[in-house]
Amino acid sequence: MADRGFDVQKQRGFTTIALACFVLLYTPIVLLVMYSFNVGTSIAIWEGFSWRWYVSAWENEQVKVAALRSLYLAVVASFVATSAAVLAALATTRRPAYRGQTVVFAIINQPLMVPEIVTAVALLIFFALIKSFTGYTGGAFLFVAHSAFCIPFAYMPIRARLQGMDLTLEQAAADLYGTPLRVFRKVTLPLLWPGILAGAMLAFVISLDDVVITEFVKAAGQDTLPTYMLGQLRRSVTPEVNAISTVLLAISVTMVVIYFILSQRKN
Amino acid sequence: MIEIDGVSKVFGSGVQAFTALDNVSVTIRENEFFTLLGPSGCGKTTLLRTIAGFNAPTNGAVRLDGQDLVSLPPYKRPVNTVFQNYALFPHMTVAENIGFGLEMLNRPKAEISSTVDQMLDLVQMTAMAGRRTSEISGGQQQRVALARALAPRPKVLLLDEPLSALDYKLRKGMQVELKRLQNETGITFVFVTHDQEEALSMSDRIAVMNHAQILQVGSPHEIYEHPSERFVAEFIGETNFLIGTVTQADETQGSVALDAGGNIVARLPQGEGGMGQVTVAVRPEQATFCAPDSGEATVSGTVSNVVYLGTDTHFHLTLDDGNPFALRLQNTPDNSVQQKVGDRIGIAIAPGVAQVLKD
Repeated sequence: MADRGFDVQKQRGFTTIALACFVLLYTPIVLLVMYSFNVGTSIAIWEGFSWRWYVSAWENEQVKVAALRSLYLAVVASFVATSAAVLAALATTRRPAYRGQTVVFAIINQPLMVPEIVTAVALLIFFALIKSFTGYTGGAFLFVAHSAFCIPFAYMPIRARLQGMDLTLEQAAADLYGTPLRVFRKVTLPLLWPGILAGAMLAFVISLDDVVITEFVKAAGQDTLPTYMLGQLRRSVTPEVNAISTVLLAISVTMVVIYFILSQRKN
Repeated sequence: MIEIDGVSKVFGSGVQAFTALDNVSVTIRENEFFTLLGPSGCGKTTLLRTIAGFNAPTNGAVRLDGQDLVSLPPYKRPVNTVFQNYALFPHMTVAENIGFGLEMLNRPKAEISSTVDQMLDLVQMTAMAGRRTSEISGGQQQRVALARALAPRPKVLLLDEPLSALDYKLRKGMQVELKRLQNETGITFVFVTHDQEEALSMSDRIAVMNHAQILQVGSPHEIYEHPSERFVAEFIGETNFLIGTVTQADETQGSVALDAGGNIVARLPQGEGGMGQVTVAVRPEQATFCAPDSGEATVSGTVSNVVYLGTDTHFHLTLDDGNPFALRLQNTPDNSVQQKVGDRIGIAIAPGVAQVLKD
């Protein structure tokens, strides 16, 4: 280790730059969490500790409706997206190489590259078209949109897991009289579980967190928690928003931690 | 009985095409311990995978007891494989691994558990039945892989270099164990290895492969004592090659006038009673010392190096024409090595022992 040619830690200013980045990233979050416990109505002046904004958010009917809609949306979207991602990952890893493989891979991952606002506008126009033909204006559009843009996020960890899997395991199962379907159920699927859970969790967090696409696709009265908060910010800002954000943060952090534990675990 | 009939396998196409099997034909008999021996890349594993069904031959037929195998998927072939890396299912216990094949065959629970117990006993792993496969040693994993492949009682067991990951001592032990299992179960074993010692010690018959072809099929004795061509002689054991001209030949033997001087009576390859210039293969232990330039001596030379190896002594000799020659003498408690470096010696080779090679 002593003779490593280039060690980034030994470069001048490394510590300073690293610390500056962490401070920039985490100070706002720390402040957000801190002021969620503020007694006063200001989000800038500290007046003492209290749970009042958590209580206020909990008792706010609009927050409750929006939060439930967000959760419902995230659960359905992550389930649909993960199911589609498992099939896509199987189709891109469990067959011999073919022409246009890279194109298929790029198409699946395209939503990660396309700016979200473009997807949002495109969906707005597309759904408006469907609305004008069918007259349907219900909540299904949100579910379809969320399910769709969550697919690449679910796809990545599942595909990585499938690719890292020892192919001879599936061959051994086939050799031991397992039909393709039973090989999948008895060997591939159990070994794929950590990847599936990780993918579902990523999709869940992404859906829960989305503002741009939701804002464009939702009809009146279909606010999710993030779009409700955006609406609140336009009016009066109270630490209630901080309290809701802190709860969302806690959920996200929990999800990410579980995701890391699952993706680190081998078999 | 497995018939491999004119099987070819080409991977890729165009300029990238690679011929892994080139019109290979061989018949593997019932209850035989049959070994495919050859250097890496010779096609032995491809041939094994063709029997298992993991790759389809480009040409040719594979039949098991007269039934065509090529059209059957792997899960319909009464053939099981022991993989090089064992491929044990990491999410199952040792017992669940062994029972997997029977479970897939929808056998009744009672039958599965009694067969699993029997198999655990056969490979001496009963105490480990409930362990995860990651919690047992490499040698134990090897035995579980064997038990798993044997549990459904296949007609043929395919083994793809199953001992290569084990250390020397374990490997020796497993060689004996494999031979015992084959005798006890009466199942045909097709064993792939690049280790000639392993092949010689375990096999009923060996097929030596190189460059996608089978060069020679025979018992270990035939392969070692009467190699058909230079590659076989070189790949298995140590061999001296002497160049000469056949001066007189009958059905099985011929007299060869060696370029290094002297005459040798050697066995001729089957089918070809070739005259003209030939190569004669002589194993180091097939020659003995005698007085130089005597009537007894086939060739003469000088001792250039002596290596004492406990059970025997290796002599590195230089023949009168400058070519090297290796000679091995077994040590006995009362003899002591007489020949010293620089001594001029004669080399005697008994008639009919050495082998004239094809080509």
